[in-house]
Amino acid sequence: MLLKRLFPVIGFAALAIAVQLGAGALGKEFYLTQLTMAIYYAIVVMGLCLLMGFAGQVSLGHGAFFAIGGYTSAVLTTSDFSRFQDSLWAAALKRIHVLIPKADLYGGQVLTTTPWAAFVAAMLLTFLIACLIGYPALRLKGHYLAMATLGFCLIVNKIVLGTAWLGAADGISGVPEWNLAGGLVISGRSAVRVQNYYAACALALFLLILLANLVHSRVGRALQAIHDRETAAGAIGINTARYKLNAFVLSALLAAAAGVFLTHYTAGIGPSEASALKSVRYVALAAAGGMSNPWGAALVSTAINFLSLRGWFGTYDNAVFGAVLILIISIAPQGPLKPLGLWIRRLLSGARSAAGGEHAAS
Amino acid sequence: MLLQVKNLRCGYGSLEVVHGVSLHVCAGEIVGLLGANGAGKSSLMKSIIGLMAPWHGGVWMNGRRVAGQPAWRSISNSMVLVPEGRQIFSDMTVRENLLMGGYHNPDRGMDLDMVLDRFPRLRERIAQVAGTLSGGEQQMLALGRALMARPKMLLLDEPSMGLAPLMVEMVFAEIRAMRDLGVTILLVEQNATATLQIADRAYVMESGEIILEGEAAELLHNPEVKRAYLGKGYKEVWE
Ligand SMILES: Nc1ncnc2c1ncn2[C@@H]1O[C@H](COP(=O)(O)OP(=O)(O)OP(=O)(O)O)[C@@H](O)[C@H]1O
Ligand SMILES: [Mg+2]
Repeated sequence: MLLKRLFPVIGFAALAIAVQLGAGALGKEFYLTQLTMAIYYAIVVMGLCLLMGFAGQVSLGHGAFFAIGGYTSAVLTTSDFSRFQDSLWAAALKRIHVLIPKADLYGGQVLTTTPWAAFVAAMLLTFLIACLIGYPALRLKGHYLAMATLGFCLIVNKIVLGTAWLGAADGISGVPEWNLAGGLVISGRSAVRVQNYYAACALALFLLILLANLVHSRVGRALQAIHDRETAAGAIGINTARYKLNAFVLSALLAAAAGVFLTHYTAGIGPSEASALKSVRYVALAAAGGMSNPWGAALVSTAINFLSLRGWFGTYDNAVFGAVLILIISIAPQGPLKPLGLWIRRLLSGARSAAGGEHAAS
Repeated sequence: MLLQVKNLRCGYGSLEVVHGVSLHVCAGEIVGLLGANGAGKSSLMKSIIGLMAPWHGGVWMNGRRVAGQPAWRSISNSMVLVPEGRQIFSDMTVRENLLMGGYHNPDRGMDLDMVLDRFPRLRERIAQVAGTLSGGEQQMLALGRALMARPKMLLLDEPSMGLAPLMVEMVFAEIRAMRDLGVTILLVEQNATATLQIADRAYVMESGEIILEGEAAELLHNPEVKRAYLGKGYKEVWE
């Protein structure tokens, strides 16, 4: 049982190491950059798995949550707060190291937010917004959340595009590196490429284990019950609205966290991250991996996003994601990995029984 | 009086389907609620339990007003609904279904054994995925799941729906046995004869209103019951 639980963890870790060694041996270490980005995007998809596969709700606004995370970090870490230098709150924030003085490009002194503080701010803001959207939408049965989040995503996209201090159509660049802890820096510099690849892998693996535990807990059972039979779940005393809201908020937080990490990694963020099309992509990827299988979703999403980031799909990029969604829904609605696994198992047991048959005959 | 419903009105959108219903259930009773398709029985159950907000009137459980509370709170009033169509969790095993029923019951491990003793068929199939059970077994599971919450009051919505006669008999025997355990029962049914045979009292509902009430033994021989049950047009069709 324990082995069965550990199997995917070990498998993923081994795969991550194999890919890095393989890329190094082939002299294609630069692949790891896009791979790291794809892994961060996969974190958004993992959160969607929780929401779609277990709570049975769809969000068409996860791109917006990703953007809220990224933009909050970007704005706070690139803005200069030195004109508030003498105010009480700035002094207080300076004392607890939320604001730090730094030299800018031209040697002047600026006062900016530390990435860690910006990360916390991004999480708080996302939490607040997700509660505001989710609370009314999830008290109703049905797919109101999908509509509410789609509207929200369109609004966020328009706000970003129309706001000068959010960089409008250009987005925000020059986001500093994030010194996580113990010399680990989230940054796209090639010197720390391998280190960052493993950091992203470790984060994704940690979150996957967390999700797997959540799903197998009492909370996960309750979510599954709501997904299956909402009326009956309510009748046995499960606070359905509350559980759905918790799942939604948690998945929004994962999307925002991914946004923060990727923004530091690529040193910037643009308005396309908040587009509705991006949100639909995440939904397609969650479906492609098998919604109630975060492991599969993480794998499939990383692979497809990697190819997309490498430009494989060219101008058909968005069409590919649409096609993936259609194919999965029509051929393998539970995701491609489960049928594949069953097929392999059948093949193995077929081979085994054939071998056993020969043995008996001889 | 364990459950009291006074002048309750409810509906969907702007359409009212229950037009001011009053009824009561005393502790230890089996009370039947009969009526044709679309009479509003399930809607009434849903607003008693809190799955639907009543528009008017009230529901009292043990003298405490409960109407308007969300459904999940009904469990703390020791009231459990077995919904129409069983609504078992089809992807979970029998055991998981039963444990879900005791979601708020700290002694669910112990009660699981008690329920399995009552339903040996469920014990045999404890690890089976509930969606693959037969209709009768699913109904047993729905009853067992409800018992896991240790209810004082059970609301059963058409437990005999879609079952073969032998299975119906079993389910009704089970309902009587649950009453003997001390559980009070409000039983919604279309199967009038079987219901009136095990019930103490009954109400007959038609088009969202109670049109008849009385001792079950009396109603059993009342031709009005049949008329209400078969609908207004029955005279032309049947005579
Ligand atoms: N979700 C709903 N939305 C709109 N109208 C509904 C809904 N559910 C039930 N109704 C309507 O309310 C009326 C009463 O339905 P209800 O299910 O309460 O009847 P019932 O007595 O339980 O019938 P049955 O014996 O067939 O279960 C019907 O006219 C039905 O069409
Ligand atoms: Mg009904």
